[in-house]
Amino acid sequence: MADAVLSAAFRQEAPIPLDLAFDLRPGEVTALFGASGSGKTTVLRCLAGLYRPRTGRIGCNGAAWFDSDADLWVPPHRRRVGLVFQDYALFPHMTAEANVAAALGHLPKPERPARARELLSLVHLDEFTARRPAELSGGQRQRVAVARALARDPEVLLLDEPFSALDRAVRVSLYAEIEALRARLACPIVLVTHDFEEVARLADRVLVLDRGRIIAEGDVGTISTRADLPIIAAAAEAGSVWEATMVATLADRRLSVLDTAAGQLLAPVIAAAPGTRLRVRIPARDVILADRVPEGLSVHNALAGTVDAVAPDRSGLADVVVAVGPARLRAHVTEDAVARLGLAPGRPVVALVKSVAVTRPGA
Amino acid sequence: MDWEAFLLSIELGIATVLCLTPLALWAGRALAYRDFRGKGFVEALVALPLLLPPTVVGFYLLVAFGRHSPLGQAVEALTGQLLAFSFEGLLIASILVNVPFAFQPVQRAFEAIEPSVREAGAVSGLTPWRVFLRIELPLAWPGIVTGLVLTFAHTLGEFGVVLMVGGAIPGETKTIAIAIYDRVQAFDDRSANIMAATLLVLSLAALGITNTLSRRIGRRRG
Repeated sequence: MADAVLSAAFRQEAPIPLDLAFDLRPGEVTALFGASGSGKTTVLRCLAGLYRPRTGRIGCNGAAWFDSDADLWVPPHRRRVGLVFQDYALFPHMTAEANVAAALGHLPKPERPARARELLSLVHLDEFTARRPAELSGGQRQRVAVARALARDPEVLLLDEPFSALDRAVRVSLYAEIEALRARLACPIVLVTHDFEEVARLADRVLVLDRGRIIAEGDVGTISTRADLPIIAAAAEAGSVWEATMVATLADRRLSVLDTAAGQLLAPVIAAAPGTRLRVRIPARDVILADRVPEGLSVHNALAGTVDAVAPDRSGLADVVVAVGPARLRAHVTEDAVARLGLAPGRPVVALVKSVAVTRPGA
Repeated sequence: MDWEAFLLSIELGIATVLCLTPLALWAGRALAYRDFRGKGFVEALVALPLLLPPTVVGFYLLVAFGRHSPLGQAVEALTGQLLAFSFEGLLIASILVNVPFAFQPVQRAFEAIEPSVREAGAVSGLTPWRVFLRIELPLAWPGIVTGLVLTFAHTLGEFGVVLMVGGAIPGETKTIAIAIYDRVQAFDDRSANIMAATLLVLSLAALGITNTLSRRIGRRRG
């Protein structure tokens, strides 16, 4: 694992409680995941220099940005960070090009327009350079905000709920864009979100925040099966996220074979070369539990495992975590089913997977 | 038409605007962005001239400018003349009574800028001074111009304070509003009418300008 680019620790009691420490590594997307009021946006603002906590420190690439012991605080304009605001915060009186050029103060003036257009072209806005924010759609504004954040050649890129103001269709196309961007960026990326689907699609590592503390930390796969965390259990859409490798495509059956920690999976056909690193997400509600493999089923994937944990929620449903080899799989089943099948830790079960969503991190 | 009085009013209006512009930018911005102890009191003080009868303001200024006050004595020792019944005294009075007209629209204009837009300026590497010049000023300028136009128009029409502090010395303190009163007293209705109509047109023009500018702010947010 590469050395940390940025390490931070913050601590204060009030007005917003914070008590956490973390590292960010190059090229890695770290999600700060939590409910509203968990302090995730405040942590981002501390990194950007927009909020100064009582005590703590930030070191970035060998330079100190904040050290409360030494009374050191580097203001935001002297930190090289890119920040995409939740409301984008574009300069309303400037064109898209001028918005991006405004963040290019480190370049000689004659070079700025060309570089600004280059960055806008990177986010596919070549045709819109002369438009003002009011003349752009929500998705286009978000792209301008991303281009402006990249303009500073940031040492760390911060995304504050960048998709929350967009409708679903636009969101999905922008996920792909961010995924493409991250492959080109060497700097760490921090994604603040309360949407686990964003975490599952974009993040490598998750810090789960609650009242200013990190209550869980780990790779997306591990965190996605932590049904004991209320916020993860509440993300019913979520499910399990596994790393996968492309093995082969069965052209005649229009299926792809993927290798995962839980064994081989069949997924709808994916255009990827064998060996490509992929990520699969299995929604918890698309997992059926059985005590043996039934015959004549429409599902392709039946995984044998043992029950690891059962966490009932208030609505009569239970989140069951099944250990399949070293992997963990979440299933959302009724409490009645828990009782009928006698689901308890250690009970062998077969998990029938109805759907597998495959994404390509960094593609 | 008393051209001398008309030009004096214009001169007083321009001088008032020139003196109040930097003050209003500084104070309006500070009131918009800073939180400090006694802010509510300062805001009340800024609005006070709107409510106080002009004669009250004029009376206190007259006392402050007089030979028996420390200010009056200091100015007389320095310049050999009194502030009361002089153009300079009139200018100080005009600046004071125009504080709410200049400060409040400027404060509202700075307040209307999204905090995140200013923060985005800082995160984009702009120093606080560049954020002010490149982000805040261009976004706030319709409000700033509104404040200055109101100040100018209000100066032309100010009567009570001018009468109390300035008297009606032709060429020195006799403004157009005083001249209208003067003409009516002399039963010269024709001159009074022309001058009154001139003030009416100027005030309408000022309101037209400020309304257009505030609509422009609204459009940009759209």
